[in-house]
Parts: sequence; structure tokens; C-alpha cells
Amino acid sequence: MSARAEVVSQRDASVLVRGGLILLAVGYVAILVLAPLGGIVGATARAGWSNVTATLSLPDVRHAYWLTAVITVITVVSTTIFGVLTAWVLARHHFRGRGLLNALVDLPMAVSPVIVGLMCVLLFGRGGWFEAFFASRGIQVIFALPSMILVTIFICIPFVIREVLPVLHEIGVDEEEASKTLGASSLQTFVRVTLPSIRWGLLYGIALSTARALGEIGAVLIVSGSIQGRTETATLYILRAFEERQQPSAYLVALSLAAISIFLLVTIETLKKHKARRVSG
Amino acid sequence: MSSEAFPLGRAQTSHRVSVRAGLGRLGLRGAALIYLGGMILLPLSAVVSKGFAHGFAALRSAMAAPGAVSAIKLTIITALVAAVVNAFFGTLLSYILIRYRFVGRNVLSAVVDLPFAIPTLVTGVMLVALYGPASPIGGWLEAHGIHVVFAPLGVLLALLFITLPFVVRTVQPVLAELDIAQEEAAEVLGASRLRTFFQVVLPALRPAIAAGTLLSFARALGEFGSIVIISGNITNRTLTAPVFIFQLASQFRSDEAAAVSAVLFAMSFTLVLLTYRLAGNRGDRP
Repeated sequence: MSARAEVVSQRDASVLVRGGLILLAVGYVAILVLAPLGGIVGATARAGWSNVTATLSLPDVRHAYWLTAVITVITVVSTTIFGVLTAWVLARHHFRGRGLLNALVDLPMAVSPVIVGLMCVLLFGRGGWFEAFFASRGIQVIFALPSMILVTIFICIPFVIREVLPVLHEIGVDEEEASKTLGASSLQTFVRVTLPSIRWGLLYGIALSTARALGEIGAVLIVSGSIQGRTETATLYILRAFEERQQPSAYLVALSLAAISIFLLVTIETLKKHKARRVSG
Repeated sequence: MSSEAFPLGRAQTSHRVSVRAGLGRLGLRGAALIYLGGMILLPLSAVVSKGFAHGFAALRSAMAAPGAVSAIKLTIITALVAAVVNAFFGTLLSYILIRYRFVGRNVLSAVVDLPFAIPTLVTGVMLVALYGPASPIGGWLEAHGIHVVFAPLGVLLALLFITLPFVVRTVQPVLAELDIAQEEAAEVLGASRLRTFFQVVLPALRPAIAAGTLLSFARALGEFGSIVIISGNITNRTLTAPVFIFQLASQFRSDEAAAVSAVLFAMSFTLVLLTYRLAGNRGDRP
């Protein structure tokens, strides 16, 4: 074989390897992710249009969507405000215990949602540390909205902080100091100088929080008691519909949650690209 | 900024301003401390103190419950297998997404992120819709003796689904930063593609791959939503540790639930800490 032919055959081989690797990866993702997605779309389609109208007119379903929306909005607003504040403190202040605080941020990632729910019960449930305090004031925490919001916030704490913190480090303090030297107050500096720079990271964190809050099940299942029509979120409704063998309704509500999430994902991807272009350009 | 820069006459106002700034700083710091301490540390200490209030008694009694040992075993084994599969396919996917240009690359990248967005319970529902006995594929598999729903294989599939992005998303940025000149040099010097990958690319990626694998292992240990539906929670067969904790909690055996929780949490937290050691850059460096 001449040297030239050898090079050509090597190139052929590398094209084959390339094609094979791409096929393997795409096949894996298709079987693992796309097939189940197709499965639920197919199952919902087989149930027909009557299933859609019947399910969406159920008062329980409507209430479940409403409850999920309320919990998600409150969670996202609080984790955004406190997340930006905490990221700011972690990035700009230097004090003893900062490292510990930083490690705490990642803790919720390591805690099973079931354990989060259990923690909340141990604090506010029967015999819990704070049970007497809230009971004497007539505030119901467990089996009610407050505990459901608390556990969802716990789970969503890391997202905004972990997206905003690296950006704060990256942009540095020069512009902020310049703005302060020119006489701007801390608040003005934050709103006019810092906020515009962390915008995309912040939105990405908010989108991740929203997706996670919408779909939370383990923690909410334990603290809510899953009271039909009262403390039943969309995910809890899906679980009950499944156990009561009302699969078509479960498929529909699950598919609607998936659709909202996928919409969010597309938004995230677009934001990410926007962010990347900003950084490189 | 040093106060010497100011003329003497303004020293007083600048002092007042700095006191106010100091108070504001303390206020912010306090709020961050209360947020993280109150929301995270306090509940965790409740679990540990409740679970071990009477030494190891609660843990021992929980482990004596039927199915407890096999639940923890199943959780560790399936999470481990999922982590190893992720290490392989995660590296492959990130290599392809970074080094190759092909039609549908953006779509593939978006699909890899899907599990981050799709609620875990919905994942379970999707798997039942596809592999359940009512579906054509599920029926065919059952007829050939392959059980997915209410079987350990279903648990594994759910874990693989939810942990798909972890290795890809930790390896991808490292690979993107890696100078392609080294790989080209290796190839010019006559190394095969395969040899270049194993001797040049892989060593540089190893910490990121390890970090992503550990992270997906930790995440898989605690998974609940997708498993509770697909596994059927059969004691001694498909019951996992998080579902076991849920069962204890709903039987009002919260001491025992807390003890098992503390153990499970200790395992996954160690893994997460290790991950951040390995991955390094988590935005926590000044």
C-alpha cells in the first residue's frame, strides 16, 4: 500500500469511528430520554380529547394547578431575593466563616427530598421543636401551605446562588468602586451597575428554580398530607391518579408539567447562548 | 480606599458614612447567615439530634424492619451502576458535543439538559407509559421475560434518566477549554485517534469525569419521585432507601426515619464535598 493510500484509508477509518461514536451517543439519548417522552405523548393521545376536557374540568385538578403555581411563585421570589443577597455577601465580604457558609449552599443538593420533608415534620410536627410556638398562635404549618413552601424553598436555595456567584467574581469590583467614588449609594450601585451584569446568570438560576419547584414531590408529599382538593399539588395529583388507576388523567397532567418544563428549558438554552455571546463578544 | 485621601475637615462625615456602611454590611451578612443557617443548618440538626437522641437504638430498630437492609443495598447498587454508565456515556456525549460538528448537535445538547427540567415524578410516569404492560413496547418486553415496571431495571432506567446531564455538564466546559493543539501534536507525531484520546485527552478530563460521576451517584442515592411510581415499592425487591424512609415517616416512626436519613445524608454529602474538591471552580474562590 502506498503512503497516500494509507492516509486515505486512515481517514476513512476515522470517519467510520466518528460516525459510530455519534450513532452510539444519539442512540443512547434517544432510547433513554426521547422514547419515554414519546411514550407519554402516545399514551395521552390514545386517551383522546374527551380525556383532556374531562380531566381539566375536575375541580381537584384545577385546584392542584393553582396550588402548584402559588408555591412556585412564592418559592422563586424568595430564593431570588435571598439568593442574590447571599451570593453578594459570599462574593464581596470577607469574614470568618465565609467558607462554611459557602459549603452550606450546596447542602440541599445532597439531601434527598424525602429527608427534607422529614426535617420539616421534625421541626413543626407533633413533638417538634417549634410546634408549641405556632400551635399557640393558631398557625397550621404541617399539612398546610407554609410547610409546603418551606420545603420547596429549601430545595431551590442553591440554584440562584450558584448561577450568580461565579458571575459576581468574574465581573470584579472595579466598576462598583468607580460608581461609589462618583457618589452613587450602595443601592444605586447595585441596581445600575451590578444587576445588569449578573442579569443572565440570575435569569438562568430563576428558570432552574422554577422547573424544580413545579415538579417537587418527595418533600411535599411528606409535609402536605396530600389532602384532596386542599393540599394536593399537581405532582401529588398525578401520584394519586396513578394509584387510583386513572392513568389517562395522570398522563395528561404529567405531560402538561413536562411541556411547561420543556418550554422553560428552551428559554434556558436561549439565555445561555445569549450569555455565551456576551462573554465572548 | 483609604481615609487619608480625604482632607481633614471631612474626616467626621466620612467617619459617619463608614459607620453606616459597616452597619449595612453587618446587616447583609446577618441576613445571609440567617437565611442559610435557619433554612439549612437548623433542619439538618433536627434530623441528626432526633435520629441519635438515644444513641444508635433508632438506627438499629429501623434496620431490623423487614426489607431495610435490602432497600439500602438496592439503592447503593443501582446508584453505583448508574454512576458508572454515566461516566462512560457522559464523557462520550461531551466529547461529541465539543469536538464534532454534525446536524442536530444543538438538539442533542438540549435533549441532554431535558432531565434537569422534567419533574422527577413525570419521569416515572413517562417510563410507565412506555414500558407499562398496557403499552405495545412494554407488552412485548414482558412477553420476552424482560420486566421493567415494578422491577430493579425500572429503578435503574429512572436513575439513568435523571442523572444524564451531570457528567456531560461537568466535563463539557473542561473539554472546551482544553487546547486542541496538544491533540493535533499527538496525531502529527503518529498517535492514533484512540491513543490520543487515552493518553492526552482523558488524563486532563479525569477530575471532571470523577466529579460528575460522584455527583450523579449522590443524586441517585436520594432519588424519590421517579422511583416511587416505576418501582412499585415491593419490600425486599424494589424498595429503595428514600422510599423506605418515606414509609417509616408515614407510619409516624420519625425517630427511625431520622436515623436512616442521617446515614443516607452523610453518604451523599461526603460525595458532594468530594465533588467540589475535585471540580474546584464553583465560584467560591476570590
